[in-house]
Amino acid sequence: MREALEGSLAIARAVALTKPDVVAAYPITPQTHIVENISKLVADGDMHTEFVSVESEFSAASVVLGAAAAGARAYTASASQGILLMSEVMFNIAGLRVPLVMTIANRAVGGPLSIWNDQSDSMAVRDAGWIQLHCISNQEAVDTTIQAFRIAQETDLPVAVCMDGFVLTHTMEVIDIPSQDEVDAFLPPFEFAGALDTANPRSMGTLVDPNYFPEVRHSHHAAMGKALAKIEEIDEAFAEVIGRASGGLLTVDGPKKAKVGIIAMGSVVGTMMAGREHYGGEVGEARIVKLRSYRPFPAKALRAAVKGLDKVIVIDRAISPGMGGVLGTEVSAVLSTLDKAPKVFNYALGLGGRDIPETMYRDLLTTIEAKDAPRFAVFDADLEKLPPEDR
Amino acid sequence: MAKTDTSKRLNELRMKHGRPPASPSEPKAEKPDTLREAQPRFRGLESGHRACQGCGEALAARLVMESAGPDVMVANATGCLEVFTTPWPQSAWRVPWIHSLFENSAAVASGMEAAMKAKGKNTKILSFGGDGATYDIGFQSLSGMLERHHNVLYVTYDNEAYMNTGIQRSSSTPHAATTTTSPAGKERMGKRHLKKDLLSIIAAHHIPYAASASVAYPQDLQRKVRYAMGVEGPTFLVIHSPCPLGWRHDSALTIEVARRAVQCGLFPLVELERGALTNIMPIREPRPVRDYLELQGRFAHLFNEKDYRAQEELDHLQALADHNMDIYGLRGDGLDPVDSTGMSHVRRGGPLMEGR
Repeated sequence: MREALEGSLAIARAVALTKPDVVAAYPITPQTHIVENISKLVADGDMHTEFVSVESEFSAASVVLGAAAAGARAYTASASQGILLMSEVMFNIAGLRVPLVMTIANRAVGGPLSIWNDQSDSMAVRDAGWIQLHCISNQEAVDTTIQAFRIAQETDLPVAVCMDGFVLTHTMEVIDIPSQDEVDAFLPPFEFAGALDTANPRSMGTLVDPNYFPEVRHSHHAAMGKALAKIEEIDEAFAEVIGRASGGLLTVDGPKKAKVGIIAMGSVVGTMMAGREHYGGEVGEARIVKLRSYRPFPAKALRAAVKGLDKVIVIDRAISPGMGGVLGTEVSAVLSTLDKAPKVFNYALGLGGRDIPETMYRDLLTTIEAKDAPRFAVFDADLEKLPPEDR
Repeated sequence: MAKTDTSKRLNELRMKHGRPPASPSEPKAEKPDTLREAQPRFRGLESGHRACQGCGEALAARLVMESAGPDVMVANATGCLEVFTTPWPQSAWRVPWIHSLFENSAAVASGMEAAMKAKGKNTKILSFGGDGATYDIGFQSLSGMLERHHNVLYVTYDNEAYMNTGIQRSSSTPHAATTTTSPAGKERMGKRHLKKDLLSIIAAHHIPYAASASVAYPQDLQRKVRYAMGVEGPTFLVIHSPCPLGWRHDSALTIEVARRAVQCGLFPLVELERGALTNIMPIREPRPVRDYLELQGRFAHLFNEKDYRAQEELDHLQALADHNMDIYGLRGDGLDPVDSTGMSHVRRGGPLMEGR
């Protein structure tokens, strides 16, 4: 049914449709509305789940780990400092190959304190071994959340669904929430072959010495590789039942003849599309690559997506100080194997919630036309605000 | 000692824990013919693991698992117990067992319990950790688990230091003990601070049942486990478990060292229900703390007669033991069959039986 819903409420309803056995969470802005809405659904009897209101994100992640290890469908949500506090457990969840789902309501990481949106938090746990899917709209976030539960249990990998804090979580949007029958037809009951079972006792998380550890990591990496096909397959299966896909690994949008491309993740993709609509005539129409699956990284699909491009702008919503953009660095690495690799311009935008207006599209495309265009910059930083020695 | 005294006291205990008194006409279980038959039927933790000789923790974990029975799952914190029982691809556990991290076993156990609830299963969740995992790094997740009233039995194997990493002080290390991070020297007499009174903090959560136990008193320990297993809600057990390597005592003396800790009052065996003290193991004849300390190399610096500070620290430790005697009322008043002396004579197969 189509309804105007706040992103967080829509996510809570989507989670309810997947019938999780256990939900554990700790409040943090901008994730709070999600867990508040889940709590209310539970309190009103509209959602039957063991809701564990924990004393920290560290325990939230640990509770869902324990629950999923014991054979339960489990869900949590967090952001920013919460993700960093969870990070030790996140590595553990993935390393033990425990399938569960988390929403990351993307927010900057302090200090200094910022409660606003960028993607530093999910970037910081890039190497935790989780599948990471990014959404450009609340509709995609709803659909991807439901898909994530199936991806998790078909790959034995945890899945993080990333949605920009405030920009998506706190924004009203007309959303189609699938019916329970549709979700039931798409999502089978939870199954985890490795679950703890008194009838078949096994030890999980044992001490692994150097004779076995590289094999553990190899199999994890291989599983991520196999997940690429699963993510596409499950998006197609979702489209078959519900009539709407979320964009597989990545989607390419724009003219085939374009010479400039933009690669980005999250809500900024929508901003760039709107910018192209308004300023395309003025600065040209770029090909926009919406990257949905950040981990596993769809290298092959990305190389195909940039075919024919001379220049690529990679938008980062995070920064690795001393290196530059994270996504930009990875895109450069992936494209370096091409014979005619496009020139990569990597710009960090909207850090700590700095507004990204549609005019940004025009500014980006204009900037890279200059001969001395920087290959990396915190694009929207106003250096006038800094003392000269810090510029 | 008169046999009637024994039965009377045991019946009192049975009543207290909701079990009917043993009827005199009740047929006695047959005496086992072989040592093998005398072994408990279910051993959740098998032999053959890699614990050190004389490891108190290994013994304590085995006793807990025997009493907890097969329908359990274990969440184990990082530490010796985890490492010596599960070097991949081997495992000494016969029940579902998970190790995640150092500081989250109580939270992992909370999740497992929530999963059991969601699935309508009665499997009891046990959560194990050493004193480092419990008194220090995992303290927050333990407090959260207790406050949320999960149906979990949390057991801490208290060997009073970070033994797995090489004997570093924890907040459970007793005052004046040497560890690798609280060494004795010209300026220091071992650990400068007091052992954290964890049981009082646990009691402040007003959970249904919390108790301390010792490997020197296996019957008492197992009775406490059985009782906790029957409670719906969070229960807590701290088990004093000597570490011959860390405490620097003879591996053959684990039980004797643990017994003296109880008998001198430094490790009182008590039970608390909803935060109130409901039972203690009385001490028949309190021993001086010196008897306990002198068996252990970690207190060797307290026996240097040339150092005036040594006597001060001994007096301090004696005062701590005396304080325990007072606040818990540990002094026994006769030949109680289940006091700290009587219980040491209880043998497997029945109380105070002569012979085997």
